[in-house]
Amino acid sequence: MSVAMRDAFGAKLAELGKTNDKIVVLDADVSSSTKSAIFGKAFPDRFFNVGVAEANLVGVAAGLATAGYHPVVNAFAIFLALKSTDQIRNVFCYNHLPIVIAGAYGGLSDSFDGASHQSITDIAIMRAMPNMEVIVPADSRQAELALEYALQQNTPVYIRLNRNAMPSVPEPANFASKKVIVLKEGKDVTVAANGITAAMANDAAVLLAAKGVDAEILSIPFVKPLDGDGLAASVAKTGNLVTVEEHTVVGGFGSACLEALAKRKMTYAFDAIGVEDRFTETGPYDELLAAYGLSAESIADRVMKLLNK
Amino acid sequence: MDDTLKSLLAEKKGQSLSAVELAALAAGFRLEMFDVLHSRGTGHWGGASSAAEITTSLYFNRMNVDPSNPAWEDRDRFILSKGHASMNLYTILAYKGFFSPEDLPGFRTLGSHLQGHPSMKRTPGVDMSTGALGHGLSIGVGMALAARLSGKKHWTYVLSGEGCLNEGQTWEAAMMAAKYRPERLVYMIDYNGVQLDGTSDDIMPLNPLADKFKAFGWNVAPKLYDGHDTKSLLESYDWMDSDDVWPKAVIYQTVKGKGVSFMEGKSAWHGAPIDIDSYAKGRPELLADIEKKEAAL
Repeated sequence: MSVAMRDAFGAKLAELGKTNDKIVVLDADVSSSTKSAIFGKAFPDRFFNVGVAEANLVGVAAGLATAGYHPVVNAFAIFLALKSTDQIRNVFCYNHLPIVIAGAYGGLSDSFDGASHQSITDIAIMRAMPNMEVIVPADSRQAELALEYALQQNTPVYIRLNRNAMPSVPEPANFASKKVIVLKEGKDVTVAANGITAAMANDAAVLLAAKGVDAEILSIPFVKPLDGDGLAASVAKTGNLVTVEEHTVVGGFGSACLEALAKRKMTYAFDAIGVEDRFTETGPYDELLAAYGLSAESIADRVMKLLNK
Repeated sequence: MDDTLKSLLAEKKGQSLSAVELAALAAGFRLEMFDVLHSRGTGHWGGASSAAEITTSLYFNRMNVDPSNPAWEDRDRFILSKGHASMNLYTILAYKGFFSPEDLPGFRTLGSHLQGHPSMKRTPGVDMSTGALGHGLSIGVGMALAARLSGKKHWTYVLSGEGCLNEGQTWEAAMMAAKYRPERLVYMIDYNGVQLDGTSDDIMPLNPLADKFKAFGWNVAPKLYDGHDTKSLLESYDWMDSDDVWPKAVIYQTVKGKGVSFMEGKSAWHGAPIDIDSYAKGRPELLADIEKKEAAL
């Protein structure tokens, strides 16, 4: 287990604030949850708590960005994606402003708060916006690397963060290359895992190996731009693809993978694991994830079904 | 723009114009807006016209900008939160010298830098892209806070209409502005009383508007200024300079579609194309207004 992504992200933000005085941080009355409060305590002049007002949060950040600052806006992923969609599209993206949008409590990770707080459409929304980059880190280290990367960009970058302490995956050699990260090479099936599902996929590979299936496991944090070449190379080798995401299967990571491969005229067998087109519910996080097929066992089962084994 | 106004602009380039000069210039700009909006058959006449004196006075009397360097860090900022009045802003910016007035007839054509609503990435001098109503004040708060952080003294002006005040985001921003009190932030309201669908009183009553801003903790101008009287506009600037209590809100009483009698105060002229008959009937009124204002020069 690693520390929770939000803790790592909040600490990294405060650390980067020491050497980069252009970082300004905004939060919508959830800074003790998002951990942007760490930055706020260290740099009170560069921290703005706007109250529960996500539309204004984004607008104010845009104003700061026009004057040479690099804002990091923090709020719950679901409310950033839904309550400030207009402002993110028409102000951040249209004007190509350098802003980091940190979506906290991504996916089902605010598990006990239920469907109203679980963000399962944010990736679909964010990736549809021109000029936006979308990163879904697999673990706390990738979250730190995503923040460092995003602060180097002159464009809006959405980083989806997880609430809880979760298993980690090996640190990638070059995260900023935006390439697929090969966690395990294999020849029978490609499991393309987005966000925290990468660790599950890694565990699934062990279960599959016991059944004689040699799975290739990819951690793909960059949903946009997606490394279509890296994905295609793997699928060309295995002929089978299973995408895994903590998100609706409508319009998210799996859809992005299919769009990338469709243009390459490839033939392969496919399955998408994620939340089907439905609302989610309350429960302990691990149990909730498993209920929607997000566990090592479920991934292994779905792979076996795809391979008709 | 006729020769008198062109000479006036050339002669007073870079200087602050007087009330009578601003009045003549605004009348000229209003006709130019009318001509282009008619010729293009698209755009928003009502709100462009109601703000003619407001923007003319701001850019030609008060704002510190450098048309040869639109990205100048110390420039005053202007956000047209009521972005549908884009033709107004484009006319002002062109004659201020940010780009050639010859570009104006290209308004809303494919490939033109004069987009339907203002785009800061396309048009020199546009400080913020707008169009979706209600964004301006939040962005202005951000710009003014940026000035505070970097020790700059520039002003940030946000101009909005009733539509922006219907949007919840404006009131989120109003609360935040009162919390942080960024210096030299002025929220200007072009209060023409008419929206797309009808009068503001019918669509969504805003009164008592000044009291609303006072209740939100703002420094509100002591009276409503006449947004078509340049003397009154200059008086409002005296008020802006009269103390250091921020943020400031000022309400300008205006008339939607001002200058063409049969269009004034009519929601139908919010965004309707100016047809040939209305154009032929309305243009002489605008010409007469220019003549009257020029006579006072």
